[in-house]
Amino acid sequence: MTRVLVVGAGPAGMAAAAVAAESGCAVTLLDENPATGGQIWRGADADAPHQSAHGYEFAKWSRRLTASGAEFCPGSTVVDHPAPFVLRVERAGHWLDLSFERLILATGARERFLPFPGWTLPGIMGAGGLQALVKAGLPIAGKRVVVAGSGPLLLAVAAALARKGAKIEGIFEQASWPRLTRFGLTLAGHPLKLLEAARYRLQTRAAPYKPGWWVTRAIGRDRLQSVVVTNGHAIREIACDYLACGFHLVPNLELPQLLGCRIEAGYVAANEAQQTSVAGVYCAGEPTGIGGLDKALVEGQIAGLIAAGHLGQAAQFKPTQQKLRHFARQLDAAFAPRSELRTLAAADTVVCRCEDVTRAALEHCVTGRAARLHTRCGMGPCQGRICGPATEFLFGWSVPGVRPPLYPARISTLAARPESEAASPGPTQIGASIP
Amino acid sequence: MDELTQTFAIAVNGIGVEAAAGMSVAAALLRAGIPCRTSVSGEPRGPLCGMGICFDCAATVDGEPLSRTCQVVCVPGMEIATQ
Repeated sequence: MTRVLVVGAGPAGMAAAAVAAESGCAVTLLDENPATGGQIWRGADADAPHQSAHGYEFAKWSRRLTASGAEFCPGSTVVDHPAPFVLRVERAGHWLDLSFERLILATGARERFLPFPGWTLPGIMGAGGLQALVKAGLPIAGKRVVVAGSGPLLLAVAAALARKGAKIEGIFEQASWPRLTRFGLTLAGHPLKLLEAARYRLQTRAAPYKPGWWVTRAIGRDRLQSVVVTNGHAIREIACDYLACGFHLVPNLELPQLLGCRIEAGYVAANEAQQTSVAGVYCAGEPTGIGGLDKALVEGQIAGLIAAGHLGQAAQFKPTQQKLRHFARQLDAAFAPRSELRTLAAADTVVCRCEDVTRAALEHCVTGRAARLHTRCGMGPCQGRICGPATEFLFGWSVPGVRPPLYPARISTLAARPESEAASPGPTQIGASIP
Repeated sequence: MDELTQTFAIAVNGIGVEAAAGMSVAAALLRAGIPCRTSVSGEPRGPLCGMGICFDCAATVDGEPLSRTCQVVCVPGMEIATQ
């Protein structure tokens, strides 16, 4: 049996794991989170699919994954790649080495955050960030929420929060009307996506939707009190309890980079078979292009089939895969941040939140590497995951290479040799039971 | 403040804070208006990404430092120390 390891239990990883296991592979699916579903299906209940958007699709894949016999390991963080065909994982305070013959990377995406004065105040979160906190039990009914930034996620989040009783004070999309109109026309080939957008807008009809507007400043002492928005001419201040602000999504490339996968134009280079530049390593979903749920499911199924050696079956997905990859490029173009956003951060605005490095301190640096060495920008616990995309946009710095550990890890995890049998619980073959 | 059901207490810096079944520690802190951490230059910080990436919600949970509180579910009697 081919041993397949899948990293990331969102839609792409669930589809890949289920399909590979159905095809006879011994599959282990890892995720940092306590449950499957990734960000889009976070908190979805397979037994109550009507309660969440895309709930029926989650229920379907959840059942299929369980029936497939793939093993799911929650709460597992990949921290290193200590030897060929081995990943080191931290789980519940212990480390373990997982070996594989085929590896499928489905590491998903995160929001792009761009700094503006006041953006570090408690009460300001990503759009997906606030939605995730609400799914994690934060009461939102009656709270005044401003949704801002860019991307289709804004409307989806505003709709989800409105359903929970939040008072949406406005949705401010930095992309201009002409850009959105052009993008809307391309959606003619994706009628279901158009329908979904229309449904979200209907659910948020009480709130103004303002393309060509963006946040310039957040005001508050110890927590958020109001935000200032503009369209370049008019300026408005809006009192609110929460600001949900993210500028579309950026892929999680750290693990693919650590494995040596080639990155092209900001994404993992993967061919029609989801094969990366590294033999035996496949990539599916957002890391190959931000395309959302449909692309993730299609690419995940292809990766799972190819990893299992079923090339013929994978071919049926090719037309959909190509169409959705094209859609991903259109999304990036439509929701690319406008140049005015580069001027928002003032000299004393923090850019690197882990180390409190201000814009003024970074202006003297020529490269991201120089900034790391001179200012500690990107050297804190998040390891540049938040400030990296921001400095790339602000200063044009390329994302520096990654080094292990990928996340803060215990010394015992870092010090253990890959061959060591002594460390607890020791190297584990995929397919063996994991404590 | 809003009404929760099935509530219990967690201790944050030795003071009782209301939490509910299934609620993340970050959500409980944000609801109570308590910053998760103080930044290196002294600013109060709360959760940003909500998905375990940014570490802005990091705190000590039951003795485990640098825990991402958005990924930790509250249990009765849990002890949190903000950093």
